[in-house]
Amino acid sequence: MKRHLISTADLTREDALLILDTAEQMAQVSARSVKKLPTLRGRTVVNLFFEDSTRTRTSFEVAEKRLSADVVNFSAKGSSVSKGESLKDTALTLQAMGADAVVIRHSASGAPKLLADSDWLHGSVVNAGDGTHEHPTQALLDAFTMRRHLNPGVGHDLAGRRVTIVGDVLHSRVARSNVHLLHTLGAEVTLVAPPTLMPFGVETWPCQASYDLDAALTKADAVMMLRVQRERMNAAFFPTQREYTRRYGLDVRRLGLLPDHAIVMHPGPMVRGMEIESTIADSDRAVIVEQVANGVSVRMAVLYLLLGGSEPAITTTSETHANEELSK
Amino acid sequence: MTTAAQRQVLDQGDIARSLTRIAHEIVERAKGADDVVLLGIPTRGAHLARRLHRKLAEITGRELPVGTLDITMYRDDLRLKPARALEHTEIPADGVDGKLVVLVDDVLFSGRTIRAALDALGDIGRPRAVQLAVLVDRGHRELPIRADYVGKNLPTSLRESVKVKLDETDGVDAVLLGETSATSEGSTTK
Repeated sequence: MKRHLISTADLTREDALLILDTAEQMAQVSARSVKKLPTLRGRTVVNLFFEDSTRTRTSFEVAEKRLSADVVNFSAKGSSVSKGESLKDTALTLQAMGADAVVIRHSASGAPKLLADSDWLHGSVVNAGDGTHEHPTQALLDAFTMRRHLNPGVGHDLAGRRVTIVGDVLHSRVARSNVHLLHTLGAEVTLVAPPTLMPFGVETWPCQASYDLDAALTKADAVMMLRVQRERMNAAFFPTQREYTRRYGLDVRRLGLLPDHAIVMHPGPMVRGMEIESTIADSDRAVIVEQVANGVSVRMAVLYLLLGGSEPAITTTSETHANEELSK
Repeated sequence: MTTAAQRQVLDQGDIARSLTRIAHEIVERAKGADDVVLLGIPTRGAHLARRLHRKLAEITGRELPVGTLDITMYRDDLRLKPARALEHTEIPADGVDGKLVVLVDDVLFSGRTIRAALDALGDIGRPRAVQLAVLVDRGHRELPIRADYVGKNLPTSLRESVKVKLDETDGVDAVLLGETSATSEGSTTK
């Protein structure tokens, strides 16, 4: 049994549903006047951010504070990391300070796994985005948002629902995490991207891939637009921004192709006018602001399930529900 | 599981009569139960709260607000056990502010569950008063807590376990008294 959340590929269907169901209860807390639970009182959670992020870091921080954990924010800028300290030494320092969990974002794919597999830290490691690899809590909040709109109810999955993920799949950790999680939950995922932004080996992923957005939209229950990550692009992946928008941007005409019940999602930050037209981002079809609110509930659920008891409730193999049996 | 070592102390009729009596006591003490809100503690407390709700509707002719209150996040033994799945909390739409909240649970034992429930309730609102209704009070309190309405006082030894079975979850209504095994569970941990 693992005590970390590194990748959505590690999650069984039962674990994923346990997180979503727990998040459903956590969402109630966010609606109360006292938005606080005593659950993680006395536990220290370190937000270790080697890469800029306001949205994810704030979301984790709010979740940690709502569970009464002691929160330490550590950003690489202005820290010893900028003086050349290694990840190992940072981890050893945090361990010495008694961190019970580390939420880590790093520009290098695999950094959270390195930390989790090492013996530098004894606490739980939660991946808050590593390079172009994974961003599991984002995928969980996306799945939570989709379930609320497409198949609401505790214990429900996304079986048979069709999700289209559009844009810079190559550089997107959000897309990777979503493909694994949505597949585990029974949804059919179609990735749509320009050929240059489609990852090598995508045919081995549990999803379909297409270059034709219009065709993929007509049967989608949810469409997720991805940000074009220019900061990660070291070459010209498409001729011009206008060309990209014309072929892969979500405009009013394309919105018309979607079934009436379909929702429009975006992990943020949005580049309005490029991957999504501004009027659509602000329309009632878009659930982008809801995704942010759900992010807090989902992160509370993950932190509670990893840290709330003497051992985590999240299992990563099917060996174990002994744990749940015991807790009844 | 009913083993040879388990003895039935209440049957279906006893449980129904206890709940009827508790419902009458609530109406009497609350002088008509105008501002009463019933909150059951999952799992079996929630079922008992719903049964009490039906009986109170028969007595008063009105539908009182009823809900459930999960106390998992407020337990003081969270760190001693693996993280457990949360139950559903459902607070009636009008809230609990200024109301007389009657907490409902199956077994009253150490009192720690009720302490957690009082903490949880404090985060939800400010009731006028809080009362406690339990089907069985088995003694051995570890905190200064007592029940206002008790179905049956059941003096027990710490080696004994009290198991409440309800039709909604167990297919049968019964209260069983047995020997505690090494892996005690359910009501005995309360």
